Amino acid sequence: MFDLKTLDSYKPIDDKLYRVMDEKGKIILKDWKPSISDPEILKAYQDLLFERTVDLMAVSYQRQGRMYTYPPNLGQEAIHIAAGKVIQPEDWLVPAFRELGAWLAKGVKLSEIFLYFKGHEDGSKFLNANRMLPVSVPIASQLVHAAGLGYAMNYQNEQAAVFGFVGDGGTSEGDFHEALNFASVWNAPVVFVVQNNQFAISVPLKMQTRSINLAVKGVAYDVPSVVVDGNDFFAMHEVMSFARQYVLENKRPFLIEARTYRIGAHTTSDDPTRYRSKEEEEIWAQRDPAKRLQAWLVKHKLWDPAQEDELTAQFRKQIDAEFEAAENYPEYKLDDVFGYMYETLPDELKRQKNNYQNYLKTQGATQ
Amino acid sequence: MKVMNMVQAINDALDLKLQEDKGVVVYGEDVGVEGGVFRVTEGLQLKHGADRVFDSPLAESGIAGTALGMAIAGMKPVIEMQFDGFVYPAMNQILSHISRFRNRTRGKFTVPMVIRIPYGGGINALEHHSESPEAYFGHTPGLKVVIPSTPYDAKGLLIAAIEDPDPVIYMEPKRIYRAIKQEVPEEKYSIPIGKAKVLTPGEHITVIAYGAMIREAQKAMVIAKEKGISVELIDLRTIWPIDRDTISASVRKTGRALVVTEAPQSYGPAAELIAVINEEAFLSLEAPPARLTGFDTVIPLPLGEKHYMISPARIAYEIEKIVKF
Repeated sequence: MFDLKTLDSYKPIDDKLYRVMDEKGKIILKDWKPSISDPEILKAYQDLLFERTVDLMAVSYQRQGRMYTYPPNLGQEAIHIAAGKVIQPEDWLVPAFRELGAWLAKGVKLSEIFLYFKGHEDGSKFLNANRMLPVSVPIASQLVHAAGLGYAMNYQNEQAAVFGFVGDGGTSEGDFHEALNFASVWNAPVVFVVQNNQFAISVPLKMQTRSINLAVKGVAYDVPSVVVDGNDFFAMHEVMSFARQYVLENKRPFLIEARTYRIGAHTTSDDPTRYRSKEEEEIWAQRDPAKRLQAWLVKHKLWDPAQEDELTAQFRKQIDAEFEAAENYPEYKLDDVFGYMYETLPDELKRQKNNYQNYLKTQGATQ
Repeated sequence: MKVMNMVQAINDALDLKLQEDKGVVVYGEDVGVEGGVFRVTEGLQLKHGADRVFDSPLAESGIAGTALGMAIAGMKPVIEMQFDGFVYPAMNQILSHISRFRNRTRGKFTVPMVIRIPYGGGINALEHHSESPEAYFGHTPGLKVVIPSTPYDAKGLLIAAIEDPDPVIYMEPKRIYRAIKQEVPEEKYSIPIGKAKVLTPGEHITVIAYGAMIREAQKAMVIAKEKGISVELIDLRTIWPIDRDTISASVRKTGRALVVTEAPQSYGPAAELIAVINEEAFLSLEAPPARLTGFDTVIPLPLGEKHYMISPARIAYEIEKIVKF
């Protein structure tokens, strides 16, 4: 069990990977028992399968020319499902862009995600998701927002944690360091989650840093930091739960390096064969988070892989329906361009909009 | 009424808003205990507490980005960039997030925050302490940019900026921080953002300026007057959104225009204002609208500033040239 004692004896510089089960799904910690019920674990596995099915379909929609660039999550789902289970409605989720399962758990509708990646800002409204920030494209820049949110939670006397996500490449950005420093100096209840998937697009981690790992970067800021097996659902869930409790009880930030591997491409525009080897991919395929959790479930007679096809078929139908909802979304209006720049549209923008509308009229257009 | 300089007027506005709205926090480098390097925030920490007026770590991107986090959580941060030339590390946050969060989230999250930036030259300072970067902000969709030229406007514009539902860049002409004293109401008032002001009505030429250049233009008007030229002086007050109506009405009347800015010339506020004049008052023009701006050079260190800073004599010279066109 990951507890305060574990944390006290944990030194990031030792580069010890916190894990609960091995690559075959066998529990390797002595006397370890799951802190969540069997049905919850089964549900987590099904959520993981759902996220994976979404990814596969999203890539295919993109290939069919029905969606623009999409960043697949393949291989990193255990982190997202664990986070989704831990993050509470009152907590803030500050995403980078590859945390699909966590977004869905927060209440984001799949149709919104599709709409966003099809190219409509309305996809970032997240109508049913409280305290969920939009995708942040400039790398690591979102983490300082997380630190500010943490200050606000303290200032407003709220018991709410902030979860800020970033990738391994993002740890080279200044904002990563500024965010850790601000959060630490301000005692902000922020859980920083670094998804170390080994590559920043094509650049491998060894070109990114000479640090022994990414968790050590938290040490200088006096932020408790742990390297966790990001492909081990149990380990991720435990450390995330612990981190949430820790930041709320101590009013201090926490950093998790979730070590994982991006099985898919960076985005649908990327071709990983240009920069990584089949051998490496095969090594990581053995560590697939889905296979590991599945093995555990099968061993405990909670899941029969024969059920899987039926379940994913059902998922596919559901996902298709969500995608169609995004495809049938009302046409992008001129008001969508101008309407959200300011609370009240300034005269100058009214003028620009009006000039364009006058032009449209001469072309026989209606909007 | 109380006689105040601009530093005192800004301090007064902050004090008032801190008093009135518990969501307001003021932070930046040295703004807490020291009260800011220009003493603009002097006494505010003592009065309102160290959780509301405080020194932050020295990192401008972090200062700006954390303020966005606070703003979307319902607070109203007023942050300080210590000097004009120090804002650049925060540009990613300002241009990529602060100005865009409302649009990106379709109004779900809004960013009611103020970024105060002392700006401009003429104070014999080091490099990066004398710049006029307003064009970057005026060019950025999603921001509003204001620059007061008097203590009265400084207070009213800052209150309007803090109460604005969108992010406002509030630039302070540090050269005249203490140069002008005037009577300022002690109670709350605000000056609408987006409204220029005709400071002096005149007949022959419209001069448009803002910030520290207003005082220089006023001195130039005295010289011009001796030559029989009547100048209409407009204080722009808001860089964006531009007050087209006030400018065009004036130039339609005078038929001539000179824009004076301390900022470098190319793609700057003067270019934008002249475009507005051409669009709105072309048929009334008696002479090509002109601009007198900083050079497209780095602003020199103090010994060279005399060449860069725009003097009243030079403004008067340009005025005469345009009138005699």
